[in-house]
Formats: sequence, C-alpha cells, structure tokens
Amino acid sequence: MEIKVLGPGCPNCSMMEELVKKAVKELGIEAKIDKVNDIREIMKYTMSTPGLVINGKLKHAGKPLPSLDKVKELIRAAV
Amino acid sequence: MLKFFAEYVTYTLIGLKHGTHLADAIEFFIYDTIKIFLLLSVIIFVISVIRSYFPPEKTKKILSHKKVFIGNILAALLGIVTPFCSCSAVPLFIGFVEAGIPLGVTFSFLISSPMVNEIAVVLLFGLFGWKVTAIYIGTGLLVAIFGGLIIGKLKLEKWVEEYVYTFHDGQEYEILRQSFIERLAYAKENTADILKRVWLYIIIAIGIGGFIHGYVPEDFLVRYAGPGNPFAVPIAVLIGVPLYANAAGVIPIVYALMEKGLSTGTVLAFMMAVTALSLPEMIILRKVLKLPLLAVFVGIMTVTIIAVGYLFNAIL
Repeated sequence: MEIKVLGPGCPNCSMMEELVKKAVKELGIEAKIDKVNDIREIMKYTMSTPGLVINGKLKHAGKPLPSLDKVKELIRAAV
Repeated sequence: MLKFFAEYVTYTLIGLKHGTHLADAIEFFIYDTIKIFLLLSVIIFVISVIRSYFPPEKTKKILSHKKVFIGNILAALLGIVTPFCSCSAVPLFIGFVEAGIPLGVTFSFLISSPMVNEIAVVLLFGLFGWKVTAIYIGTGLLVAIFGGLIIGKLKLEKWVEEYVYTFHDGQEYEILRQSFIERLAYAKENTADILKRVWLYIIIAIGIGGFIHGYVPEDFLVRYAGPGNPFAVPIAVLIGVPLYANAAGVIPIVYALMEKGLSTGTVLAFMMAVTALSLPEMIILRKVLKLPLLAVFVGIMTVTIIAVGYLFNAIL
C-alpha cells in the first residue's frame, strides 16, 4: 500500500503524518508512507492541505484533521 | 443558573464572605469562565458544521465566475467560512489564480480569513457584548474588501512569482463527500481540538478581567495611547504588526488594554494588526508573491487597519 501525506510543512501536516504512522503501526499493515512537500505534486490532488492520499486516491483534504480512528478506517477500506 | 452556580461555588464551597473584593472577583471569574466556554463550544461547533460545506475547492468554484467588487465582497465573506490551514495558503493561492480569479479578489479572501476569527468573535461577544462583536466582523470584512479592491486596481500581477502562472491544467478537484453524521463528528473533534489549544489563553483573559481590574493604575497607558493622543491608532498598529499571536492569544492583551481605558478603535486596530499580519504567514506568502507585492500587501493592510481604527474611534 502506498500512502502519501500532502503538506508543504506546517504543524498540521506533521500531525497528519504522525497520525498515519500510528494508524499503520496499530493496524500492523505494510505501507510505504511518503511525505509530499512539492507544491506541484500536492496540487495534482488538492488545494487544501494537509491531504491524505491512499493508493493514488485522495481520502482527506484540509482542516480539521481526521481522527486516528477515521484514518485507520480509511486505510483499512483501501486494503 | 450559571449565576447561581458561581455564587454557590464562591460562597458555599470556598466559603468566602459576601461583598469582599476577592469574593466578587472569584464569582465573576467562575461565572465568566463557564459562560465563555459554553459559548465557545456551541459557536465553534456550529461554525465547524457550516465550514464543512465550504471546502476551498467549492469556494474556488463560486469565485471563479465573479467580477471585481461583487467578487471581493463574496471573497471576504467566504474567507470567514472557508476553513484553511495557513500551510494551504500557497496551493490555495495558485488554485485561485489558475481558476482565473482576479488577484484583488484572491487577496480579499486571504485577508478576511485570518482577520475575522471565530475564537475572537466568541470572546468579544462574551466579554464586550454584541456591539463590539458586530463592529469587529464588519470592519474585518471592510478591510478585506477594500484591501483586495486596492490591490486589484494597482495591477500587480507581474509581481506574482512566474511559476504560479504555469499551473494551467485547469484542474477540477474532487470535493470529498461527507454525510451529515460525518460533518457533526468532524465538528465535534474540531471544537475539542480548538478548546484544547486555547483554554489557557481564555482563562488568562478572564483572569485579567476579574483580578487586574481596578488594581493597575490607569493613567499610564491612557496618557500615551488614550483618546487624547491623535497618534494612538498608528502607534498601536505599528506595535501590533511585528507582534504575532493567534486570536486567542491576543485577547488577554486586548482585554487588558480596554480595561485600561484605551479607545475601542485603537484596541481593535491593534488586534487586527497582530492577527492579520504575521511573519509566519508572510514567509509562506513569499513563496507565491515577489517582495514588492508582499510589501504592498503589508502596506495596504497597515494603512487600512489604521483607517478603521480612526473610523471607530470617531463613531463610538
């Protein structure tokens, strides 16, 4: 599974990355997590950061951040 | 109900005597704390639900067909309800430009968003009443509309970083669907999240109201920045521009300044300068704006905020 966290680098984006890492760990899933800083790459998916892309599909965009449970649910749904 | 509870805690639980200064202060503190936190929870929750209907993608769509002026007004209004993280300013700016939204309209949006802040709205409402709150929202919108109009008139498109114009893929972004239950769940989380971040500032603000009231000599600040000094507004704004705090952080200061007899216009101008013009935001915007445009932006904001301060000192 490929997960991308979209964000040019701000506290919210780092929090999102932490959430995703935690969710992946707790689910015990093999996943490649990429933090995407490049604005062109980000804008292929959304204008609202932080964004969450799972297997190439946008799953969350912008504030407020999703809860840990929600992130887990999104990841599980994509397995 | 609240009043009864505050009295019960002050006189029965803590056992203070009626009529003492301390008892009054504590009763006031308990009453105001509960009132403000109730207000905050309810209003932020409602705003969060409303916001979930206005993601930036939808705002972009609404604004992309609008002309100058109407566009500026709409952009200023949407700036209040569109949620966005400061880190989104760059993709948002590019997205707006790419959608053909005029530069001035884009700026109206970018200005009103930090200027009219929901936490500040609740605190102003709880501490000063609806009149000051309405003025705060009204002036925030005015500054956003006119700031954007002026920037639009100046034709500064050449001072936008060139690469911004290379995003012409005309991309329509997918707007993620949410059920109403999901919106409520988001709103609840968002409210809890905001309360967690600001509760300390708010207690400090209320504490200032309850305890410092009447203790600090009033004449010092009033002599230098009170209604008698015609330069109070520009001085307050120039002090406020380099300072940076979020709206919740600035409220204790605002409350203290008001208590010390500064005019409402002067204090509102100070608050706007602190919240709307911040170094972190400038650094982010520098990625899409060349230095001259950034300077014009800061300059126009400073002047407009000063004008608003004078205006309200004159009519209040």
